[in-house]
Amino acid sequence: MSKLDKAALGEPDTTAPSVPDDVFLSVRDLRIHFDTDDGLVKSVDGVSFDVRKGKTLGIVGESGSGKSVTSLGVMGLHRSARAHVSGEVWLDGQELIAADPDEVRRLRGRKMAMIFQDPLSAMHPYYSVGHQIVEAYRVHHDVSKKVAKQRAIEMLDRVGIPEPAKRVDGYPHEFSGGMRQRAMIAMALVNNPELLIADEPTTALDVTVQAQILDLIHDLQKEFGSAVIMITHDLGVVAEMADDLLVMYGGRCVERGPAEDVFSEPRHPYTWGLLGSMPRLDREETDRLIPIKGAPPSLINLPSGCAFHPRCPYADIPKDNVTRTVRPELTEVGGSHWAACHMSQEQRERIWTEEIAPKL
Amino acid sequence: MGAVLLLLVVSAVTFAIFFLVPRLGGQTADQLATQYVGKDANPESVAAIKKNLGLDQPVYEQYWNFIKGLVAGADYRFGPDATHCSAPCFGYSFKSHIEVWPQLEQRIPVSFSLAVGAAVIWLVSGVTTGVISALRKGKPIDRISMFIALAGVSLPIFFTGQILLALFVYEIPIWDSIDYVPFTENPAEWAWHLMLPWISLAFLFSALYARLTRAGMLETMNEDYIRTARAKGLKETTVVTKHGLRSALTPIVTIFGMDFGTLVGTAVLTETVFSLQGIGAYSVQAIKDNDLPIVMGVTLVAAFFIVFCNLIVDLVYAAIDPRVRYS
Amino acid sequence: MSDDKTVSEPDTSGSTLTKDTTADGDVLLKVTGLQKHFPIRKGLLQRQTGAVRAVDGIDFEVRKGETLGVVGESGCGKSTMGRLITRLLEPTGGQVEFEGKDITHLGVGDLRPMRRDVQMIFQDPYSSLNPRHTIGTIVGAPFKLQGVEPEGGVKKEVQRLLSVVGLNPEHYNRYPHEFSGGQRQRIGIARALALSPKLVVADEPVSALDVSIQAQVVNLLDDLQQELGLTYVIIAHDLSVVRHVSDRIAVMYLGKIVELADRDKLYKSPMHPYSKALLSAVPIPDPKRRGVKSERILLKGDVPSPIAPPSGCRFHTRCWKATEICKTTEPPLVELRAGQRVACHHPENFEDQQPQDTKLLTSAKEAAAENGGAATVEK
Repeated sequence: MSKLDKAALGEPDTTAPSVPDDVFLSVRDLRIHFDTDDGLVKSVDGVSFDVRKGKTLGIVGESGSGKSVTSLGVMGLHRSARAHVSGEVWLDGQELIAADPDEVRRLRGRKMAMIFQDPLSAMHPYYSVGHQIVEAYRVHHDVSKKVAKQRAIEMLDRVGIPEPAKRVDGYPHEFSGGMRQRAMIAMALVNNPELLIADEPTTALDVTVQAQILDLIHDLQKEFGSAVIMITHDLGVVAEMADDLLVMYGGRCVERGPAEDVFSEPRHPYTWGLLGSMPRLDREETDRLIPIKGAPPSLINLPSGCAFHPRCPYADIPKDNVTRTVRPELTEVGGSHWAACHMSQEQRERIWTEEIAPKL
Repeated sequence: MGAVLLLLVVSAVTFAIFFLVPRLGGQTADQLATQYVGKDANPESVAAIKKNLGLDQPVYEQYWNFIKGLVAGADYRFGPDATHCSAPCFGYSFKSHIEVWPQLEQRIPVSFSLAVGAAVIWLVSGVTTGVISALRKGKPIDRISMFIALAGVSLPIFFTGQILLALFVYEIPIWDSIDYVPFTENPAEWAWHLMLPWISLAFLFSALYARLTRAGMLETMNEDYIRTARAKGLKETTVVTKHGLRSALTPIVTIFGMDFGTLVGTAVLTETVFSLQGIGAYSVQAIKDNDLPIVMGVTLVAAFFIVFCNLIVDLVYAAIDPRVRYS
Repeated sequence: MSDDKTVSEPDTSGSTLTKDTTADGDVLLKVTGLQKHFPIRKGLLQRQTGAVRAVDGIDFEVRKGETLGVVGESGCGKSTMGRLITRLLEPTGGQVEFEGKDITHLGVGDLRPMRRDVQMIFQDPYSSLNPRHTIGTIVGAPFKLQGVEPEGGVKKEVQRLLSVVGLNPEHYNRYPHEFSGGQRQRIGIARALALSPKLVVADEPVSALDVSIQAQVVNLLDDLQQELGLTYVIIAHDLSVVRHVSDRIAVMYLGKIVELADRDKLYKSPMHPYSKALLSAVPIPDPKRRGVKSERILLKGDVPSPIAPPSGCRFHTRCWKATEICKTTEPPLVELRAGQRVACHHPENFEDQQPQDTKLLTSAKEAAAENGGAATVEK
């Protein structure tokens, strides 16, 4: 498995950019579908992206957009018989979807690690924080419990938990929300993973604690040079952390590119909608927000054509009803900036500069 | 502390039911005394017995004497002889005129042995089946074991017991007899001779525990911390046993404590079917005979086991779940 | 929610006293010294061993037609405060006056008339609606409870309410699970509006919703205020949302109001160090601003326990400006600038109230060092 299969890496997927050397994780045409009693749920339906070493990819989307499912797919955590996973996930030159599950298990926690939204439910209530970190370390390192505990204390200290030698024996419920998330980060980083996936790491936290945690992740990333995937619904968090951005809607990527470009020149109406929906502290107070009408779609019964068309105010601009019949593919709209929209580049540029940007 | 209080309450309630209710129903102290000495006794002996047993005293005094007897023993006079009934004194059987406690002392190990063996079998088989079912949810093995579990819950013990007896003692005599050999005498014989009662009891309970474990496992395996455990790269067996099963077992410990405690005093059907001299069977006979001191004795012993087991459960619970320990 | 309401307030006087008396005319809700302590009981006898001082002496008033935003972090007591002013909880101390009437300790029966005028919207649109009732029943329930027969009948009125909040009136007979999160929150709002209340208290009305849906609900609340002349108290942790909806904002920390100010004053020049830290922590959705890290104040550690709050100013343990007096004397909430009340000895963006006390506490020195220039810009 260790030999790098160049042919597979460079394979046809037209929407994927070519793979430069510093790419650590490359996801190609990932599809994750679930059999349910109500029908086939296409949670992720053909998503491709790259994460570079030492850089952060932000994945933004609303509930049901498939952002968390994607990350669990990368980790190889969809194990149920009802989950159908296809596509390719290249981690440091190794393909994971077709790989032996035990091989992937050995990479989990060592080469790629994950932190979750709610650290209270994500840590086992019956085991001490130290025990859980020790466990994470000893799966991948053949060391004594004593050595591992020393390592756990070191990690707790590194993530800013006071009196780590004492707190290491504490239980999750004895920690505050912020401290728990720090402990969770310590656990994820104990094996020096090269890829860290953070799934809404600060959503359950207060804003001042969020600032602490984001700061911590930032520092740790600089220190360890890991690649980071930051999944969130909060555009503020993404703007703060991400180098690259992936906007998901209805299980697909609708826009992708360098974060600065996506924020300054977004090229998909859904991204415009997200930006217009949120009140911003850095702007003069506006009278009204510009919401997106309607609600996120059902993944069982995704709208035909462009999944966003029922909520899109510009759905009628492209000719021949194409938004309702043909699914738009990602096309390059600028240097490694891609968007999936039927409107022409010029139309979108005009709408953005004339209609959207002035109101934000 | 709370346990002792609870036992006192249980004794008071039992006492009230068995000593007071007949009175309320119109039965006089004389009639109770007559029951003890027999129908043909002369009025003098009835009066003497009434005095000796304290049936002429007010209820609270009778209760006080009863408790005193339990703790310190009591002296009774029957005609010319005075006997000492040493603590714990539950009095004398109305029917056989012998002390209750030595009888109980003989029978408790039988009932206890029955419960212990059955418990081991049902815990192991029930939990294992439950875990396998949960992990293979919807697969044939899950359906089959849940069907068997349903059968186990629905089939009464006298049915399974009789079938086992008919099959393995009468048809194919693997066991020549079912009886109680004290553990201290010969552990192997003890286990061998109790095997059939154990199996028939355990069949019922393991079915119940399999269903409970399955439900618990299905729930815990969906918890976030299980996902975390997998994300750490733990082997699936570790994830299931160390992270999943441990949480799923917590409610089972609680129920097990209650079931086990209750079972010691109430395995009436099993004891009857297999003709074992346990306290359950003893109490049934006593109820038939209206033999109040025995009923009282069995009730208190059974209550003691239940309270004791719950105490153990609390301790085990605190050991399992650190959140209980601190709050 | 519109700016001019607050501006019309005469704020030339500068003195708290005169301001309060002149404003009294249109004060809808007045809270003085409000307290709520939840007893902690232990042992067999359930003896009280302490108390969680969730709300510990707060004063404010809400004027007719305005929106008061209440922000603070979890555990600051903002939700408890919301339940106290709607009298879902009974205060331990202090006073709540609604339209000049003392409602602090009214019993269930006496509260009934007030229940019509004060309504609450809850955070979780999933758990606050009974899954076994149709939305017609849910929205119509207040009429039944209050024994009110609206013109044209309950059904007609409910359908009107549904269309007011942007739901299809024909969905009258559907059940909550048939609706999305945003729609459920609309149902909650329709129910709150049924009896034409004067005051609506909303506890985190949008925090459980997706970003795009949040904006819809925020706009709806805005429209309803314009049309129906409602008064809002909106409790939220999201500072951007609070700024968007509020005329005035109260910042709470550990059961106290540390700053109560007009919206623009608070966001442009916060005076309480905690307000400043809170505002600086909000991530800005603009990648170009990244790297301007010095703007952010990182508070150290966690909020102390409300069971044993710190002495003096409750923020002194995490404040970079704390001096000896902060440890010993609790600063009163005073109007330092027109329309901006602050409880601080050494406010930001204003002259020091205790200039003689210059020696920083050790913890403050650490905090100041940690944050480099940002915290000490104001000298």
